[in-house]
Amino acid sequence: MGQGFVAIFRRDLLLAFRHRGEMANPVIFFFIVVTLIPLGLTPEASKLAEIAPGILWVMALLASLLSVEGMFQSDYRDGTLEQMVILPQPLYLMVLAKILVHWLVTGLPLTLLAPVLGMMLSLPEAGYLPLVLSLFMGTAVLSLVGAIGAALTVALRKGGLLLPLIVMPLYMPVLIFGASTVQRAVDGFSVAGPLAIIGALLAFSLLVSPFATAGALKVSMQG
Amino acid sequence: MHLYHWPDYLLLPNTTISSSFSQTLNTLELSALAFEWDDRLLFSDVSVSLKSGDILQVEGPNGCGKTTLLRIITTALSASSGQLLWQGKDISRVRQDYLQNLLFLGHLPGLKQSLSPEENLIWWRRLNSNSDSLSNSEVLAQMGLQGYEDVPCFNLSAGQQRRAALARLLIAEAPLWVLDEPFTAIDKQGVRELELLLAAHVEQGGMIILSTHQDLGIKEIKRLSLSSLAEVA
Repeated sequence: MGQGFVAIFRRDLLLAFRHRGEMANPVIFFFIVVTLIPLGLTPEASKLAEIAPGILWVMALLASLLSVEGMFQSDYRDGTLEQMVILPQPLYLMVLAKILVHWLVTGLPLTLLAPVLGMMLSLPEAGYLPLVLSLFMGTAVLSLVGAIGAALTVALRKGGLLLPLIVMPLYMPVLIFGASTVQRAVDGFSVAGPLAIIGALLAFSLLVSPFATAGALKVSMQG
Repeated sequence: MHLYHWPDYLLLPNTTISSSFSQTLNTLELSALAFEWDDRLLFSDVSVSLKSGDILQVEGPNGCGKTTLLRIITTALSASSGQLLWQGKDISRVRQDYLQNLLFLGHLPGLKQSLSPEENLIWWRRLNSNSDSLSNSEVLAQMGLQGYEDVPCFNLSAGQQRRAALARLLIAEAPLWVLDEPFTAIDKQGVRELELLLAAHVEQGGMIILSTHQDLGIKEIKRLSLSSLAEVA
């Protein structure tokens, strides 16, 4: 039963390693934008510190959205998705493996890079740990939710804007609570509340997303 | 092109490989299958019954629905009407068991382009617990890919990629093969060898459904022609 999970997990990790240039794109995007903000707005530390939590979270979200589109695309084009759908293995486990790999190569690096970029935006010290914690869980939610959209649009020739339209409303709560976690920490309040909500979002999407994504893939393959 | 030898056991019936399914008699029945898409009736009333040892060749002009029919048989697509019966039972009730007995090669090769043929085989093997004892290099050598084990698939020719995809036929133990245009891009020698492989498979109680425009060098083949059925609704 876990065979499918292991096989797809190891295959996708190997593929991510082969395409490391492509995989680095979201991280590089995140880095470039955050570098440009002080140049474009103001280099003044106090003003930057004010907007830093929001900027970091919005950029992490966009970086994740950029990469989620390709989650099933190459599998669809080379025919392996067709094969996965008709394997006698549970599709949702294989989907979960793909989502996990996606998070490992985008969400996790973004999370680890965030404190450095926080420093560039002179984020107050109190914000670092909540930033990392909220991104750690939040980017996982983004990958899980994004997978549903990616699965729904995989068979469309011109899916371009449809994916962000489908996924954005579902991304909103993560962004709101993620950014407010950091903001509250900077303002000196407890972050337990918003962090718990992100945790709940993670638990919920972990339960629902693999099934929804597997269902969406089956529908996409009908076309 | 490499010179390679097809192993003797593939030429002789009743030999060692893949004998696990030869005892049981499998049956597959397509009962009045129809497929309608975009108000266009692609085919209707397709009925065939197959048992172990049968080869079914699906023929017809381009666009008559060969690939669609094969995808319906693999359950990736559902028919507009009609039934698929595996061992006499409706496919929706025995789907897991059916899929365990099915090997499908579509006209897309299902290869990861940035992985080598060997790495592609490795992940396929992980998905099939009951792959037999042939090593990866033996399988690839039989497919005429020795020396190319470590070359990423995007550097291989179309024919070599097809061979790498067909290598799955040697490691899977599924009795029912559904092959969509398996002869595409393969050289004459390869075609002959693939025919031998198909013949050996049905000799051992396997069942094959394939679509091809080629006349197969195999006797006793069932044919299903879709051309006469296609019509605009």
